[in-house]
Amino acid sequence: MNKWITFWSILFKDMRTYYLKPPNISWGLLFPLVWIAMFFVRSGLGLESLSTLLPGLVALSILFGTTSVLSVTVTFEKKGRSFERLLLAPISLEVLMLAKTAGAILFGVVNAFVPLLLGAFLTDLSDVNWAVLTPAVILIAISSTFLGLFIAVSVKEVFEAQTFSNFFRFPMIFLCGLFFPIEKLPVFLRPLSYVLPLTYGTDILHGAIRGAATIPYGLSLAALAAFCAALFAASLRNIQRKWIE
Amino acid sequence: MGFENKKIDVSGLAKSFGDVTAVESVTFDVREGELFGFLGPNGAGKTTTINMLTGLARPDAGTIHIAGIDCSRNPKAAQHLMGVVPDESNLYPELTGYENLCFCGALYGMRQRKRKERAHELLESFGLSQAADRKFGGYSKGMKRKLTIAAGIIHRPPILFLDEPTTGIDVASARQIRQMIAGLNTAGTTILLTTHYIEEAERLCGRIAFIVEGRIVRTDSVADLMGETQGRHVVEFGVSSSAESLCDVIREAFPALECVTVTSTVLRVESHEPVRIGPLVRLMEDHGEEVSEARKIRPSLEDVFVHVTGIEARLMKQEREKTGKGGGA
Repeated sequence: MNKWITFWSILFKDMRTYYLKPPNISWGLLFPLVWIAMFFVRSGLGLESLSTLLPGLVALSILFGTTSVLSVTVTFEKKGRSFERLLLAPISLEVLMLAKTAGAILFGVVNAFVPLLLGAFLTDLSDVNWAVLTPAVILIAISSTFLGLFIAVSVKEVFEAQTFSNFFRFPMIFLCGLFFPIEKLPVFLRPLSYVLPLTYGTDILHGAIRGAATIPYGLSLAALAAFCAALFAASLRNIQRKWIE
Repeated sequence: MGFENKKIDVSGLAKSFGDVTAVESVTFDVREGELFGFLGPNGAGKTTTINMLTGLARPDAGTIHIAGIDCSRNPKAAQHLMGVVPDESNLYPELTGYENLCFCGALYGMRQRKRKERAHELLESFGLSQAADRKFGGYSKGMKRKLTIAAGIIHRPPILFLDEPTTGIDVASARQIRQMIAGLNTAGTTILLTTHYIEEAERLCGRIAFIVEGRIVRTDSVADLMGETQGRHVVEFGVSSSAESLCDVIREAFPALECVTVTSTVLRVESHEPVRIGPLVRLMEDHGEEVSEARKIRPSLEDVFVHVTGIEARLMKQEREKTGKGGGA
């Protein structure tokens, strides 16, 4: 049996029915844009400071784009029992869940490049290290998507998925060094920052866009990859334990 | 290994959810080309058993072989041979009927041209061609059920699991679906059908397992089960009230007769000898009852089911109707 036919069909169906729907696009993109605009106005800085805000805009676009859609759609399909159709497909759970998350990963990557594209018109991005930024964006998208998957398989109701997503997302925004450097956080909060995947993603983005990384790129990329593997493994374990009772 | 001719071979299957035992020591087999029925009331363990066989639930104990493949440890191993029609229509509401079928074909690795051809063929044979481009969410219950069955057989599986296929739909659609099931079986598909409609099981199945409270209490061919009703004579009486107390009176006056209450106003008298209606009606009228109806009943599988399980068959129907899933047979 050609498992790639199954893989592409799941990916294509999800892209069509979920990710390319206007409400999802607006939620994934508008929310971070508004968020950044708020900081922009509050700080009173000019356009020359855009590069300092761009890493945050990219990271938030990915985080909100991936987690909000994936966690809700998987919970929705589980609740409506259409997810059972996927579980009955003769492909491994790993391939199935990769297919199910691939749409969100692509969505996250596309979301990341929208603020960069906008930024290119407003500020000089010639110093951006694309060779570092591109893998970072992909790994942030994968880790955020797998966080969304982890959330989806931990809850039963759609509204729980939303609430649980915010439980992770909002503390992460403040603790990962997006808007406040980690060194400025209270000492007791700093260790928490280093157990968040977005901390490493943000650090790479700060480095790639304005040369201000505090952690070596290799270490950050490895940490992100480790978070991806751990979140995917934990999600699969939860599916086996909770959904295939 | 002894799996020749057995498409499904289950032994000692058990499953509990917390303190609740859903299935206990379930053992049965389904032979190639057979239409095997799983008959029992709600909560008897039918769906849990199907879920374990198809890989949607993990058994606590027991072995499962599908087409000779050991699925006890690797439930995915035989999924390519199975078609599954769940007890609720669970296709994608935002996709059209045609898109749903094509997507389900793709889940089984069918190439685009083949799945498109097969989708058209199924829509045609299930009488859904006119609704092919309508979203599944807008289908009627009967149409949803038919499309769900079509989705279950899109990849031409040699083994088909049908969980309550006619529950909750109108009589005409249920009849049509039963004809489709019989047609699939005639074409060689091995089918495991769960139902709480005794008439449906009697009409469609070659062999039947009665399942009650997670245990199989009897497995036999319909012919053998029906053989038990040979020589039985059954008469049902409609009375104005207190059928239970009348039964006591009948048992006392006619010890050779068996009397059971069907409802509070219907009682059933059974015997190996022909039942004489006149003396019974007089006896009941002497006790102040007005007998509104007396009719001879052709002994059916329902009688065997009631005798074997001790469950009143009509209670099964009422129970289902109470949960808003009436219809079917």
